[in-house]
Amino acid sequence: MFIWSQIIFILCFLLAIFFFVRNVGRIRKNISLGQDINRSDNKKARWKQMGRVALGQGKMTTRPIAGILHIVIYTGFILINIEVLEILLDGFFGTHRLFLPYLGQFYGVLIGFFEVLALLVFVACILFLTRRFVSKISRFHSAEMKGWPTKDASYILLIEIVLMVALITMNASDHILLHHFNPPISSRISVLFANLSSADLALIERTAWWFHIVGIFAFLNYLPFSKHFHIIMAFPNTWYASLESSGKIGHMESIDNEVKMMFAPEQANPNIAPPESFGAKDVNNLAWTSIMGAYACTECGRCTDSCPQNQTGKKLSPRKIMMDVRDRAEELGTFQRQNPEKENDGKSLHDYISQEELMACNTCNACVEACPVLINPLEIIVEMRRFKIMEASQAPSEWNGMFSNIENNGAPWQFSPADRDQWTKDLEE
Amino acid sequence: MKEKIHIPTMSELAANNQQAEVLFWVGCAGSFDDRAQKITKAIVKILHSAKVSFAILGQEETCTGDPAKRAGNEFLFQMQAFTNVQTLNAYGVKKIVTACPHCFNTLKNEYPALGGNYDVIHHTVFINQLLIEGKFSIKGGAFQGKKITYHDSCYLGRANGIYEAPRDLIEKLDAEFIEMKRCKSKGFCCGAGGAQLFKEAESGRSEVNQSRAKEAMNTGASIVAANCPFCTTMMRDGLKENDSSAQVKDIAELIAEANDL
Repeated sequence: MFIWSQIIFILCFLLAIFFFVRNVGRIRKNISLGQDINRSDNKKARWKQMGRVALGQGKMTTRPIAGILHIVIYTGFILINIEVLEILLDGFFGTHRLFLPYLGQFYGVLIGFFEVLALLVFVACILFLTRRFVSKISRFHSAEMKGWPTKDASYILLIEIVLMVALITMNASDHILLHHFNPPISSRISVLFANLSSADLALIERTAWWFHIVGIFAFLNYLPFSKHFHIIMAFPNTWYASLESSGKIGHMESIDNEVKMMFAPEQANPNIAPPESFGAKDVNNLAWTSIMGAYACTECGRCTDSCPQNQTGKKLSPRKIMMDVRDRAEELGTFQRQNPEKENDGKSLHDYISQEELMACNTCNACVEACPVLINPLEIIVEMRRFKIMEASQAPSEWNGMFSNIENNGAPWQFSPADRDQWTKDLEE
Repeated sequence: MKEKIHIPTMSELAANNQQAEVLFWVGCAGSFDDRAQKITKAIVKILHSAKVSFAILGQEETCTGDPAKRAGNEFLFQMQAFTNVQTLNAYGVKKIVTACPHCFNTLKNEYPALGGNYDVIHHTVFINQLLIEGKFSIKGGAFQGKKITYHDSCYLGRANGIYEAPRDLIEKLDAEFIEMKRCKSKGFCCGAGGAQLFKEAESGRSEVNQSRAKEAMNTGASIVAANCPFCTTMMRDGLKENDSSAQVKDIAELIAEANDL
């Protein structure tokens, strides 16, 4: 019997890891649909950036309430993992509270600390649910949040609440059984169990133990299908995020050579073939870091909430851009796996993101600035605009006028270049 | 009538074997737009009064390509950049002062990869440097008792992290300075950037410039200070449509006014 529980546990563990690794592999493949770009320079600055923004939650508290509640859950998640480690080891070796004999008095302190965190996480999750469904904060109820995204958010919070309840229940029953440690939260709850027999208590303890750890295994496997995957992707995303000033939009090297061919053929490289297409038609034309950003997005909506176009009622929503990139990467990735002989399913990212959305962007960087994990929706919008303008010739007519003015008069308006210095006359006469 | 100022062009100086320390990059708005020309003239008066050795490109200046690039026309952008870099490098330009944060951002951040490496400075930062170096001073008094708020442009603010120099200059005006709710890195766009100035907005509840103008009006300021010719236009229109009597002025204009230039 004793050995059976170990076997079942190890089996559960291996299955959880197997499926998780397989799904992470799927996401990895989807991310690598994107174009190669080098974001591995200046490693020191990158580690620092990741440390500050992801590990240190450096951008979270620009919105204090959500920020502090998030830091509570984040800290709880990280530290309670120490108790989860004990649970895992107990499961493997068939032991019970493996660390207790080694840590003595300190064990109680540690469990007490975890329980306080668990209670805080519990409260934070309730408050998050309240913000979402009772206070009805507007950014949680925009068009792109209908259906699965809202369900996903609720599931995550409910699962965390249930896991914390299981942890406390386990400690409460064990507190009566063991008497070795005096946990501050669960010892108060154990009053509820005062009249139960040892056998009943043991049953509750075991049930809560199994429920908690199998729940964690299940949650782990929920991640790759959920926005909650951000808890992993926030780290690589902040590491690979641009280190340059956000005003800089990278130039297209493929066009360099073309322009040189026109203006200075002696500087051009005749061996470089002209580019096959311009800009992003589909996710595989985006930089791989843009697709990674889509998987790092937890749909918090800070970007959309600060977007001037969205806030004045336009369709553009930077959060939707990221969700669309992710959904399309999933769709294209799945298609390619199922049809290895074909490259494309005939659809594109433009089936998800409309002309109206793309053309509205002010390139103001408010979304980039707002993102707590350094996702850049603007890079995607610009790449898609490049496709619209240079490949599909779908510029708004006023823009075509502006382009031809720049080309012919050197200014976006229809003025003669000879009048450019007319203003000096007023000062000189 | 005020003092006459002669504004040399780079080609004029080159013909006389002279060079200016600073190229003043006027920008398309500052060159052609009636409203923005006033900002240009204010900057020139300040440069002149601080005895800065400067010149303009005159008719050799062309659009940096910013609106084309942000609209998605990278080809046109690179054609503009190629032409401008050739002109700038031919004159051996080292230091550029711009009147427009869009030109500033493009010259500073996007030209280096295309062979144009210059020390690019926005006029508010440059004027602030002149103050710090003691080459120029601002007379207080003209704005005493007035309330001024400041609109961060996206391309000076978020894009390049310049928040303090413009505020330092406003502080020197002896007026009452009041921030809008969304300021600095949280500043709200005027609605012009990303080539939006050149097309109709998509349909929605309201216009971006209206929203920002209302926010400025809520401060009770009679002057909205700006650092960008496009913001100046958008905010002026937004205020007008909301029947506000508040005026939009570039910081350079406020300083020129304070010093009676």
